[in-house]
Amino acid sequence: MNSFITSSIGKKAIMGVSGFFLVSFLCVHLTANLMIVADSSGETFNEVCHFMATNPIVRVIEPVLALGFLLHIALASWLTLQNRAARPVKYARSNQSGNASWASRNMYILGALILVFLLLHLWNFWWKIKFAGDPLLAQTEVDGTLMENTYALVSGLFKTSVAYCVLYILGGILLGLHLTHGFGAAFQSVGLSNRVWRKRWAVLGVLFAVVIAAGFSIIPVYFLLGLG
Amino acid sequence: MSDKILKELTLKIWRQKDAKAKGGFETYKIRDISGGTSFLEMLDILNEQLVGENKEPVAFDHDCREGICGMCSLFINGRAHGPDDEVTTCQLHLRRFKDGETITIEPWRSGAFPVIKDLIVDRKAFEKIQQAGGYVSVTTGGVPDGNAIPVPSEKAEEAMDAAACIGCGACVATCKNSSAMLFVAAKVSQLALLPQGKIEAARRAKAMVAKMDELGFGNCTNTGACESECPKKISIEHIARLNREYLKAKLQE
Repeated sequence: MNSFITSSIGKKAIMGVSGFFLVSFLCVHLTANLMIVADSSGETFNEVCHFMATNPIVRVIEPVLALGFLLHIALASWLTLQNRAARPVKYARSNQSGNASWASRNMYILGALILVFLLLHLWNFWWKIKFAGDPLLAQTEVDGTLMENTYALVSGLFKTSVAYCVLYILGGILLGLHLTHGFGAAFQSVGLSNRVWRKRWAVLGVLFAVVIAAGFSIIPVYFLLGLG
Repeated sequence: MSDKILKELTLKIWRQKDAKAKGGFETYKIRDISGGTSFLEMLDILNEQLVGENKEPVAFDHDCREGICGMCSLFINGRAHGPDDEVTTCQLHLRRFKDGETITIEPWRSGAFPVIKDLIVDRKAFEKIQQAGGYVSVTTGGVPDGNAIPVPSEKAEEAMDAAACIGCGACVATCKNSSAMLFVAAKVSQLALLPQGKIEAARRAKAMVAKMDELGFGNCTNTGACESECPKKISIEHIARLNREYLKAKLQE
């Protein structure tokens, strides 16, 4: 079993499985986010955030999620280094754009840009909620329970900064592009594909990418339009 | 109908004295050549010209010139086996090029396929992968009856599709990672799909993948570029099967 992690297929399978894990996280995250738009009083979103911050299962999964990200990034770097080394002399002329999609050829660059976005995003919200604090987070009462006003923090950022709105829309689009290839490729890497399913994964991958990109972009667009 | 005559073609060809030498591009002119000339015949004509001028002819690989031996290679204008789909270089003709065009000819580029001379690369890495497990062990004895082992027709068809691989290396040459996954997948698939090959499937998948990794090929990132340039149209569905076979074998350890 020890040769598994160093083998090309083993590494790719772990990339795929960690990818699935991150995809499931995206689904939960998007569902929670949409509460911002669904309830303009912010109470539902605050309740969801309070649940996330206090639920013991979510508390246990948080470090696992961080580990999932680290594994995905570490293996991607390892694979990319090996792949670059596999062709020491480059072609003078090649037709890469003609035989593979742009996203599939630039997954590492897309991933790196998403990581930059993720760090910015963590600094904007997670860091303030967990450690630094923010005056906007002053306690609020929802249905008799005292909790942090996360809605005020999120809406405050988007209401006061068009630049951040644009950055968050860009983040959603980058994530979508990464998923147009990543979604189907994860199934291929763990061997769950064949003549019929590869077409289905390709279609589902694009659909999922659009849902994620549009879904996450709805929130900044909502505030840009002055609806929140 | 006679073929059009191309008045002039400019050939930008990679020249490299031997494996250790630093190579570079040389430019040659070919004049008044028929569009019906095959690409390799054009190189033959160029070499006649070079010999006449007392120059070293261009070294390139070729054998059957019928598209089935897997010996010819060449990265022509950025594409393995040139601009046509589903053909090898020997089946490519000059009618696919425009008069006055500059054609760039490079060897396969991969660390695992070092250049031996000019356009010839060493593809022994493929043989080493095959030797690691790309076979069915047969013990001696009487010839078994042809119909003794039933094979479902769709499995036979799929195995045949995989067996169409001629081991030319276009997949490695095309892949942005120089991955040999399509080749290994074809060789693993053609045997894993049949009852005779199933017996050694786990050992085969592990041994061939280990050899492939050892030889310095890159990792598959599922871009699908390999299948679009494969002269035999081997599908990346076989790569999914290889992944499956390998993971299954590893889980059984």
